[in-house]
Amino acid sequence: MQVYERFKQLARLASREEWYRRVVTPEVEQLIARMPKPVGSFGYDAWGYSENAAKLGLGVIKLLYEKYFRVTAHGLDNIPAQGRVLVVANHSGQLPMDGMLIGGALAMNPHGPRAPRAMTERFFPTVPWLGSILTGMGAVIGDPLNCIKMLEQDEAIIVFPEGIRGSGKPYRKRYQLQRFGNGFMHLAMQTGAPIVPVGVVGCEETMPALANIAPLARLLGLPYVPLAPLLPLPARVYLNFGEAICFDKSAVSEEEVTARVELVKDKIRALIDRGLNERTSVF
Amino acid sequence: MNDRKKTVLVTGAAGSLAKRVIARLHDRYQVIAVDFRRKVETDADIPSYKVEIHKRGFEDVFRRHRIDAVLHIGRIFTHEGDRTRRYNANVLGSKRLFELCRKYGVGQVIVHSTYFVYGASAYNPALLDEDAPLKASEVTQDLVDSVELENLAQIYLWKAPELNITILRPCNVLGPGVRNTMSMLLSRPLVPVLLGFSPLMQFLHVDDMADAMVVAFEQNRPGIYNVAPDDYVTYQVAVEQCGCRKLSVPSVPPLLPKLISRLLNWNDFFPPYLVNYFKYPVIIDGRLFQRTFGWKPKRNLNDIFSYYRKHKLLSA
Repeated sequence: MQVYERFKQLARLASREEWYRRVVTPEVEQLIARMPKPVGSFGYDAWGYSENAAKLGLGVIKLLYEKYFRVTAHGLDNIPAQGRVLVVANHSGQLPMDGMLIGGALAMNPHGPRAPRAMTERFFPTVPWLGSILTGMGAVIGDPLNCIKMLEQDEAIIVFPEGIRGSGKPYRKRYQLQRFGNGFMHLAMQTGAPIVPVGVVGCEETMPALANIAPLARLLGLPYVPLAPLLPLPARVYLNFGEAICFDKSAVSEEEVTARVELVKDKIRALIDRGLNERTSVF
Repeated sequence: MNDRKKTVLVTGAAGSLAKRVIARLHDRYQVIAVDFRRKVETDADIPSYKVEIHKRGFEDVFRRHRIDAVLHIGRIFTHEGDRTRRYNANVLGSKRLFELCRKYGVGQVIVHSTYFVYGASAYNPALLDEDAPLKASEVTQDLVDSVELENLAQIYLWKAPELNITILRPCNVLGPGVRNTMSMLLSRPLVPVLLGFSPLMQFLHVDDMADAMVVAFEQNRPGIYNVAPDDYVTYQVAVEQCGCRKLSVPSVPPLLPKLISRLLNWNDFFPPYLVNYFKYPVIIDGRLFQRTFGWKPKRNLNDIFSYYRKHKLLSA
């Protein structure tokens, strides 16, 4: 109801400027200003991040984070205030709400806000408007070259090693980790970036999917089309950030790398369990 | 250092970039100016020829002067000739140029390429390195000659190491007098943009590009280099900053903008081969060139755009 009241309030605002001021509060502006994020003379970086888009994005995410999903986050002090880092989490909920909320947690971290970067599916840039908006807020296509160069320039990147295997899974498989790709571990080893594991609880319930309508997905060129609520449900979300883990370059065989990935997976599983235990009600 | 001044042949001498390069070189070197469009009026001591480099007469220039280095800037743009003519001049002409350079013992060749060769695709990562694949011919047939010219230059780079070939791939070069497609576009009061797309772009002032060509020539470190600043802006912001009004063109389905651009391409208003470049970014990593040659652009984006803005105010 709180949210409904809030929207009713917003609807009464007349001008665009007033709207903007409501969403992009001085607090949001301050957070963006405090981020250790170099940009060019027009506020852009090489991957299309734009300060103005990030402000607006953070303003909207802040509302969703605090009022809609009522996020509880623990262990935010594990995120380094500057320097390269890979934030690795479990993926769920059909729409990338989990990425958005982890991004929100990074951007509003009281221990030092970071400009969160996320790796997205390759079809996003082909969608008009949506592609530009996501890019402006800090999303980039999931290309290893992008990831390496961003880590070299000390960015904070959110990675979901399960990819669409995780986000597109049906509700009956909730909180079962799918296969992790090894890519993120190679990137961490190559660039010396620490890995911060995150357990996300609650996003599974935002969009419980009964099934994937595969033929329709194929027709639309989408990874999946879930049989699910049209909009995300307001489930409470719990984010548990674990301690940062550093990996050296000593693992040479793919087998050894996989073993390291399993280690991270176990950490995330433990963090998910912590979140599930702490949760008293889903909504 | 011997007494004789080095002799430098500059192609495309009537263009604004070549003019600036010549101005920077001509007190230290003997410059020879060549252009296919017209005989360039230059200072008295600069020999100037109107010649097409893929025609026989071009060799006479080599016979008459002992050329030490070639700065190959001349190119027929899409608005200056059809595909066949461009292929003949840009690809076959360049091949002839490389062969003449070998025959007459030229010690250094700088090739002016373009970032267009990387091709605009939704799958491009940002900050493309020099070894990224050249996908432009996948995007449009109109850029085949640019890619072929690159490939040719790269073949000669290993086949004829004595030519000391340096290939420069600049981002969009803008500034007074520049007549490439992007510069002509931004000079107009009304510019097409694709609805819902505003790719990130890089822009370089033509004076900075001239400096880059001169340092590449004087330091002679053969190889392939992107030339671009570490500053970025989206296409639509650039259009606004240049004082242009936007003509919004529907962007989906993908066939529609191609069709519209073909209809609107009177006087090169909306070149169809650029449609993908108005949709997807091609951001190149210019740090290798900056490191190798100790070069940094001196003009920022605002310096570049303000020229177009003022130009419009004056003509209004």
